[in-house]
Amino acid sequence: MSDETAEAVKPAKRNVFKSLEIDTRLLGMIGAFLLVCIVFNLLTEGRFLTPRNVFNLTIQTVSVAIMATGMVFVIVTRHIDLSVGALLATTTAVMAMTQTQWIPQMLGLELGHPMIPWITILVGLLTGALIGAFQGYLIGYQAIPAFIVTLGGLLIWRNVAWHLTDGQTIGPLNETYLLFGGINGTLGVFWSWAVGLAASVAALFAVVQGRRTKVGHGFQVKPAWAEVVVAVIIVGAILGFVAILNAYQVPERVVARDPALYGCVDAEGCVAAYGIPYSVLLLIAVAIVMTVVAQRTRLGRYIFATGGNPDAAELSGINTKFLTVKVFAIVGVLCALGGIVASARLGYHTNDIGILDELRVIAAAVIGGTALSGGIGTIYGAIIGALIMQSLQSGMAMVGVDAPYQNIVVGTVLVLAVWIDIQYRKYSGAK
Amino acid sequence: MATPLVEMKDISISFGGVKAVDKVSIDLYPGEVVGLLGHNGAGKSTLIKILSGAYKMDSGEIWIEGKKAEINSPRDSRDYNIETIYQTLALADNLDAASNLFLGREMVTPFGFVDDGRQEAETRKIMARLNPNFKKLKEPVSALSGGQRQSVAIARAVYFKAKTLIMDEPTAALGVHETKMVADLIQELKKQGLGIFLISHDTREMMDLCDRVAVMKNGHLIGAERVEDVTEDDILSMIIMGKNPKDKAA
Repeated sequence: MSDETAEAVKPAKRNVFKSLEIDTRLLGMIGAFLLVCIVFNLLTEGRFLTPRNVFNLTIQTVSVAIMATGMVFVIVTRHIDLSVGALLATTTAVMAMTQTQWIPQMLGLELGHPMIPWITILVGLLTGALIGAFQGYLIGYQAIPAFIVTLGGLLIWRNVAWHLTDGQTIGPLNETYLLFGGINGTLGVFWSWAVGLAASVAALFAVVQGRRTKVGHGFQVKPAWAEVVVAVIIVGAILGFVAILNAYQVPERVVARDPALYGCVDAEGCVAAYGIPYSVLLLIAVAIVMTVVAQRTRLGRYIFATGGNPDAAELSGINTKFLTVKVFAIVGVLCALGGIVASARLGYHTNDIGILDELRVIAAAVIGGTALSGGIGTIYGAIIGALIMQSLQSGMAMVGVDAPYQNIVVGTVLVLAVWIDIQYRKYSGAK
Repeated sequence: MATPLVEMKDISISFGGVKAVDKVSIDLYPGEVVGLLGHNGAGKSTLIKILSGAYKMDSGEIWIEGKKAEINSPRDSRDYNIETIYQTLALADNLDAASNLFLGREMVTPFGFVDDGRQEAETRKIMARLNPNFKKLKEPVSALSGGQRQSVAIARAVYFKAKTLIMDEPTAALGVHETKMVADLIQELKKQGLGIFLISHDTREMMDLCDRVAVMKNGHLIGAERVEDVTEDDILSMIIMGKNPKDKAA
């Protein structure tokens, strides 16, 4: 009896999803993420889903999430990159040395000069791109397996970082540079709302524009109500996120240190909130750019085609060797960006920065639905994957699970996530 | 006679000491279908892959419409209006029909982004002509049947206004109805003045579709004869014995 009703309900449900044209896998991942959040919220008696913890969670995720978007491209083209953590360390070592020693000594700019952070970031991004491109050259043109090249890279770049800094912790870092770390650089209430509203308008515009293009070509469009529902969900998510971050107030003693910074004359009765951190804005920008590259550019199309069928890609006149160089160069740049956020969050370059990040990044991409067999993966999936990993870890830490047990759980979740994904693909018939 | 569309002269290629193609010369005229026959490993596909730019020949010359051509990559071959339908179809299974059709030659918007809308509209148009039953435009081609996948591969060749078409076993994976569709299409393209190289194992089918058949064995060209001048048995003996019956007569 109960079976019958279940079957009768199913088609109707599927129709709703169909008319909404929402990716069911995206829905599943968001569901898993929310489940993790709710479970930990119950276990911690409401301490997990406080504005403060949500804020911390987002800034802790940024560095890995930025790199994971690049790992999607690598895995989609049937490669792997084991060197991202080490590459991050080399770029942060270069950037730390650039801003504290090389620029002041070689260019003669004094510490605190306004140009220092920007030159530093440029040097860091260039370093990442060059190292990444070199690894890509070895993989694409010299046909050394990516696993080997980047396993070598893991050992090499970790210790190049050590060599550059003589194994010392380098800091303090430039104040402007530190703004990318998270809590040190946030938009504040007003600008957070402004960004949130602008993003909502842009999202609505994209929905309308997308529909107009489809109508223009005479394609079928989803019903208007579905379009409205999707738009409401998107705008609700954006503004809800901003509202949560804006609800995290700056502690009174921090305001008291420098009330003018928060627009108050007097510390007494001055209320301020953090709002959106710059590092999160950076992640959002990276996510948008990478998604556009993946879906709307020839480069992205070739990356996915090569992953789906390397022979076909080559026969279609795609230069797959150079494509490999480009993909690894992109990852190199993203490692440098992730490095900026990671070192700015710590305030220093340390020897152990980014250790085991390669595994977190790969796990994030894979939990997010990137298939190691190539050709399949999404940027948003990798970011949600990074969020799920980080929530698990910080949630377990809050509950008081010992570190070894934390790793057991994370490892299990990784395998389980891939298994669920495989089952889902079997069930839905997608390959 | 008119200028040949394609002339391949004394083409040779070796793989690690094995001469896969040994001094083969063959030509193709506009509006003509030339069939390539032979055992597996006779060198048919290798010869054709030289023309389509997938392999680089060791020696020999290729002339296209009376001019010497340099074909070093699939892109070069396409620039000479040579399109190839590979036996494996060469489709990226994870992409949809439109992305496959335009792979390597995407339509772009003024800002340089891939114009998926226009690509899909064009794909709909050409598919309506080639295979009216084709409806799964949004799905990855891995979800399509053998015949539908074949239509995508054929559409890719036809859409870009090929002058020379290479078809490597176009009907190997198809049902009766779809095989008929491919045969009709070959006739139509022939009328439009295309030259077609056809590779197949099916001798009878080749006798029906081709104007000339060329038989290869162990990398050598045994002979290229007009279908009117030979019987099916002649061709079979060329394939198996590696001897041209005409040589015997002479």
